[in-house]
Amino acid sequence: MSDWRFTARQLAKNPLSLTGVVIIAIFIIIAIFAPLIAPTPAGQLNSYMIPRDGYWAEPQPPSAAHILGTTQGQYDIFYGVVWGARSAFRVALVVMSITLLIGIVLGSLAGYFGGVLDEILMRITDIFLAFPWLILAMALVVVLGPGLKSVMIALIVVWWPSYARLIRGDILQVREEDYVEAARGLGASSGRVIIRHVLPNAIYPALIMASLDIGAVVLSAAALSFLGLGAPEGYADWGQMTQFAQNWIVGPLDNPLKYWYAVIIPGLFILFFVLGWNLLGDAFRDIFDPRLARR
Amino acid sequence: MELRSYIIRRVLLLIPVLIGVTLFIFGITMLFPPAQRATLYVTNMRQLSDLPAIIQKYGLDKPFFVQYGTWLNQVLHGNLGWSRAISMPVAQAIPHLLPATLELAIFAVPLIVLVGIFLGTKAATHKDKPLDHGTRVVAILGWSLPSFWLGLVLMMIFYGYFSGLLPPGRLGVQMDILVDSAAFIRYTHINTIDAILNLNGPVLLDALRHLILPVMTLSVINMAFIMRLMRSSMLESLGKGYILTARAKGLAEKVVVNKHARRNALIPVITVSGYLFAGLASGAVITETIFSFKGIGWWAWQAAVMLDIPSVLAFALFTATLFVVINLLVDILYTRVDPRVRLGGAVQ
Repeated sequence: MSDWRFTARQLAKNPLSLTGVVIIAIFIIIAIFAPLIAPTPAGQLNSYMIPRDGYWAEPQPPSAAHILGTTQGQYDIFYGVVWGARSAFRVALVVMSITLLIGIVLGSLAGYFGGVLDEILMRITDIFLAFPWLILAMALVVVLGPGLKSVMIALIVVWWPSYARLIRGDILQVREEDYVEAARGLGASSGRVIIRHVLPNAIYPALIMASLDIGAVVLSAAALSFLGLGAPEGYADWGQMTQFAQNWIVGPLDNPLKYWYAVIIPGLFILFFVLGWNLLGDAFRDIFDPRLARR
Repeated sequence: MELRSYIIRRVLLLIPVLIGVTLFIFGITMLFPPAQRATLYVTNMRQLSDLPAIIQKYGLDKPFFVQYGTWLNQVLHGNLGWSRAISMPVAQAIPHLLPATLELAIFAVPLIVLVGIFLGTKAATHKDKPLDHGTRVVAILGWSLPSFWLGLVLMMIFYGYFSGLLPPGRLGVQMDILVDSAAFIRYTHINTIDAILNLNGPVLLDALRHLILPVMTLSVINMAFIMRLMRSSMLESLGKGYILTARAKGLAEKVVVNKHARRNALIPVITVSGYLFAGLASGAVITETIFSFKGIGWWAWQAAVMLDIPSVLAFALFTATLFVVINLLVDILYTRVDPRVRLGGAVQ
């Protein structure tokens, strides 16, 4: 309990971290209350699909019916950005939790048992780390067939090696500690030693890194959607909504910024979401990793 | 002597990674059934009825490693398949499009490194002062920015609002015709360099005009990254004993910072230049796509949306190979810069 209070006090002390907390809190509220903030029209089965008002291409400015206007194809921007918060959290949570799980399992096995297993696993991570991230993700999405599920699988494939390596390195240190030796001496099984004694003391750096990476995961997913490889057309996804604006960045000669709302709004949501996580991750690192905080 | 054996050992270590990379790339294609892979060899509709014959001819039903051997042999002979995206062999597409991407890198890398190091040093010497907080906010904002959105906003302002001031593409129509004419010799296919070599001012200006926004888009995130790294590395360096000694000797603060602290703080920055390459390669796909800047990143995107699998995989293989080689060069360079690195692996 005192740990929590300490963390909370540290977060409140720094205006930047506090900003991060507030931003993420707002996004959580938006995501939870999405059905109330932007109700799904009656008769529509999938709430994640943005309702559209007609089929003509040109975006329409904010009006009473569409308070943030409509983007290309008459998709309602307000509905899209609100439900897009849910999509963003979903991608972040799914990708990050599976990445952590794979990283923990493989990293622990490699770090604790060492030897040939360690060597093989590390050489496999070498192969994955040999690719620039977006290019590996892009290749995987193209092969798996574009879509959100492929994007999530691709991002997990891109991220797990760094976590496996980080956790392996920490386990290598912790397994030499006296209390681990003592547990082994008392006859505890390998599984019990890893789960009860080694992991709890080796996992924090990975959790900090995860909080720092969530922003990057969401940014990558948005980039893939922007490139036209992610969400299906009309899905509430900020990256895709930015792509919809791509044909409308320049308005007619007498009003070049005519379609500003279609370009600016979805991107602002991505920016603030990622910014919130980055501020929070930065703060967590300062609090939990005193070695880094001094710098 | 020691260095040579180190280099040889590192090059040998490269081989298993490259074999792994090729196995991975090839393994992905094997996820598809033979009939689907056979369609890649089809050039007209009538051949679709002959799929079994094609499978037979190219040995697409042979065991995994037999097919891998055949494929690797083709790759090593420079046969990377056909790129539907720009209708030419991949082996021609890469050299054809690479100069554009290199041109972006030629401008982006010095900008990223110099500004990043400069601001990082300033932030460290002004730790916990407004300048430090300011650069921290800028850095966090910088790497939270979706680069594709930044590109669109920049274009909205400098192409839309300022009516065509900084347009997308690599050159305007007139200049494009000019550089393809006999009067203009293409030495490198890098527009700015060719313009200088041809002593052609208008082409140079036009090329630069087209470069400003893509270079900015490509630089922002990586600049933020180098800046924060330089800051923490500089702070660590400033806390060392030799800094105290230098100050105690009565050296001017400027000399202490620039000569003693910064030189040592640069070492970690060199080690991440491999990652800088990865960031640039990924960033190039996005940047070139937004600005229709026709380099290999643009081509990779074209191939991806057309589901031109051989091209995308060839591009991945190409960048991964380059990445691995660059990391090796960085490590070798590192041993020259930091004499403390013992080539056997242990630190003295």
